[in-house]
Amino acid sequence: MDRSEAFAQLQSAAVEVLHVDAGAVTEDARFKEDLDADSLALIEFVMALEEKFDISVPEEELDGVTKVGQALDLVMTKLAASA
Amino acid sequence: MTTSRAPVAITGMGVKTPIGGDLDAFWSGLCSGRSAGAPITHFDTSEHPVTFACGIPDFDPDAYLSPKEAAHLDRVTMLGYAAAVDALAQAGELGADPARVAVVAGTGVGGLLTLEDQITKYMEKGAMRVSPFLVPMMMSNATAAFIALQHGFTGPNFCVVTACAAGANALGEAARLVRDGDADVVIAGGAESSITAVGLAAFNRMGALSRRKDDPAHASRPFDKDRDGFVMGEGAGFVVLEAWDRAVARGARIYGGIAGYGRNTDAFHITAPAPGGEGAVRCMQLALEDAGLTTAEIGHVNAHGTSTPLNDAAEAEAVAKVFGDSSPPVSSVKGATGHLIGAAGAVEAIASILAMANGAVFPTANHDETDPALGGIDVVHGAPRPLAAAPALSNSFGFGGHNASLVLIPAPAA
Repeated sequence: MDRSEAFAQLQSAAVEVLHVDAGAVTEDARFKEDLDADSLALIEFVMALEEKFDISVPEEELDGVTKVGQALDLVMTKLAASA
Repeated sequence: MTTSRAPVAITGMGVKTPIGGDLDAFWSGLCSGRSAGAPITHFDTSEHPVTFACGIPDFDPDAYLSPKEAAHLDRVTMLGYAAAVDALAQAGELGADPARVAVVAGTGVGGLLTLEDQITKYMEKGAMRVSPFLVPMMMSNATAAFIALQHGFTGPNFCVVTACAAGANALGEAARLVRDGDADVVIAGGAESSITAVGLAAFNRMGALSRRKDDPAHASRPFDKDRDGFVMGEGAGFVVLEAWDRAVARGARIYGGIAGYGRNTDAFHITAPAPGGEGAVRCMQLALEDAGLTTAEIGHVNAHGTSTPLNDAAEAEAVAKVFGDSSPPVSSVKGATGHLIGAAGAVEAIASILAMANGAVFPTANHDETDPALGGIDVVHGAPRPLAAAPALSNSFGFGGHNASLVLIPAPAA
């Protein structure tokens, strides 16, 4: 899966779980400030990513992930590792 | 009328019930004598001996909540919040310091739907698929917290969990907050939404539920000779309370008031009422003493009246002991709505206020013939009965032996 395809899927997960407009979900968007996602919402979002991409993201790997682009990096790394 | 302590004014009311989602629909539903009992359709009941309840199929959370807010609330909190919003809208501009506004919310079990859903998820998918929102959604205090959160009310805030007495306890404790000067305004009520597969199975296993599944609309029949158990219901009722003088001073419309509150416990059995309704007798007396009223001054008893053989028998005996030969007319909301558990006491207090405001006692739905074993209790049934303006006594008795009675008074004459 290439990055743009993965982004589209991540974007749809954000729309569904974080209840935001697709247009607000850019790689630069910050979860807390721009997408109104608190720590609980972020965990719910990661659960959705795990299901969508069939990956597993340990909680400690979420440290420092504050932007959509960082979450996408994490997804790409996981997908590459499982490929 | 002599009162031992000042009554607390009710300046706003809101209901979400199986027979109506606003005060007018609720009152006309009560007067129609119609019962909301109907087959359950939101889960498969084919393995259940009881297949019906009094749900609210047309409740629309979108009228009160954004999709994002609704996604992180259990249905019990949505119902409670919606009723509270309606009550606040009726109360108008409170003109209160938010630190002096309290919230007291009762419930029987809190977010049971969410808990069951997440237990299923855990069983199917494991520990890492349990929602981080399970705790804030299911906790019994979620409704009280959410009402405060949305409105910025930072005063006292707590949840009362006394099973079927919770709604009445919430209103009573809230009235005490006002009387004691702990808050200027209190948003108080109860909410329940526990018609789930396990909830239904559990109440049925206690032998508490009616099994009249071939005729659910006639299953909840308080004090009737053919009653065989209660019917589960869901809903919420909230009121806005404030000191009478304060309500008058800000020009608020006063719909009625809470003049007395009694609460005690049977300490007899975890679910069965004490023989002879002893706890209930004392509870009603405590409420009357608190209001400074005699039994002769009570115009209407809004009974707990669940439609279970034991509860109705104990309550009828208790009413007879308290009122002697001059028992006022008795009615039960539960024939119409089923048993709203932790919301019941709040919704029924509102029904009592509406009865006084409309000068009529609503009929007890499905009550065809009073059980002769109940000793001549005067149950209003068939049609509304005219009522002179007089205080009402509203009873709530919960599993656990919890008893709560409220004395409600009418609005001042216009």
